[in-house]
Amino acid sequence: MALRRYALDVAVLVRKDALLELRARETVPAMLLFVLGALVVFQFAIPGDLTDEMQRLVSFGLLWVGIIFTAILGLTRAFAAEREQRLIDALVLAPCDRSAIWLAKTLAVMAFLLLAELIALPAFALFFQAIDGRTVVAVLLANIGIAAVGTVLSAVSAASRTRELLLPLLLIPLVIPVVVGGVGASVADEPIRFFGFLVLYDAVFAIISWSAFEYVVTE
Amino acid sequence: MLLIGSIALAFYWVPNDADQGFSQRIFYIHVPLAFTAYACFAWGAWKALRLLWKHDNRYDLESYTAIHMGVIFGVLVLATGAIWARISWGVWWSWGEQQLVLFLILFLFYCAYFMLRYSVEPGPRQARMSAVYALFGVVLIPISFMAIRLAENFIHPVVFTRDGPQMAGSMFLVFCLALAGTLALAAALYCVELSGKRLDLRLKELRKAQT
Repeated sequence: MALRRYALDVAVLVRKDALLELRARETVPAMLLFVLGALVVFQFAIPGDLTDEMQRLVSFGLLWVGIIFTAILGLTRAFAAEREQRLIDALVLAPCDRSAIWLAKTLAVMAFLLLAELIALPAFALFFQAIDGRTVVAVLLANIGIAAVGTVLSAVSAASRTRELLLPLLLIPLVIPVVVGGVGASVADEPIRFFGFLVLYDAVFAIISWSAFEYVVTE
Repeated sequence: MLLIGSIALAFYWVPNDADQGFSQRIFYIHVPLAFTAYACFAWGAWKALRLLWKHDNRYDLESYTAIHMGVIFGVLVLATGAIWARISWGVWWSWGEQQLVLFLILFLFYCAYFMLRYSVEPGPRQARMSAVYALFGVVLIPISFMAIRLAENFIHPVVFTRDGPQMAGSMFLVFCLALAGTLALAAALYCVELSGKRLDLRLKELRKAQT
């Protein structure tokens, strides 16, 4: 029963975020444009006379940088509505477990990120390199970790004076392992170790974020 | 005292390393500094956990001070490591050096911790947010260590293996002394800094009460 209630709370909160995004159309279009722009910039950042192998390694690295920065862009807006309309107070007062707020927001962020990657990965394949299944799996795994950690830190930075400025500073050191795992899974000979590492990262940080979120949002 | 003694021993008593010669002696400063920095971060995270657990704001200052100390020692680790790399390999920075890369990540992370502290209004909320971030940090240490190990080639000379420390008895003794020395230094600095910060806080409260 309790679990069902929890799931219901989460579903309602996810629906709220989806509706807000559908009506305002602020975050997802911005992420799409940003990731496309980043890919175009990367084209000019890579020297033209690289060998094919070098080109492959460098472009996958840049793809992961693009994904991380796009995620940061989306996460800076994750708690914008909550902050501007003081909605977060109402959410905290609502008779639901506070970690449900975190879970719902994480799912919403993951959905937005997936939408951005639905454009970014084909565009990357078109402009740079063909993509195989392991990059797709790595991206999916990385999304979980980025969204889990990013949602907590987004809530932290929403409550700070410097707002959006703080989030990249807080998040970048924490997602360096994700970049390592992701790039490794895309280019290394045996990607299975890197998949394992990404799963470990997701599990560890999801658990901490889930249990720590309550302390961040309560006054 | 311990620290000075161990440094003196490190310079005059220990035989030169067969492979790296005199420059290897920086090991007696570099590695204890690194261990001490880890200890400070772990202590800060432990206090952060206590804060979230017991809701006692006293722990906030202790956690903050420990992390402050950890960052200072971490910078020293980066500096001594760069000097060592310059002497051993001829470059100031080598991305193959796992410990140094890890310390760079941690340095970035804990600088962000200070940014966080300064951009949130002081109060229980700031304390809790900092505590959560400090906990993230202590989890980040092993995770990034694994990440770096996965990502990099193995260049750093490994001293501690599964067969125990790979060094001569006298070297190990001096190393332990140096470690005890730096830990004692860190503990002393921690106490001084903590009492200073507490005095500061008390003074601020008194001033507020006066006006």
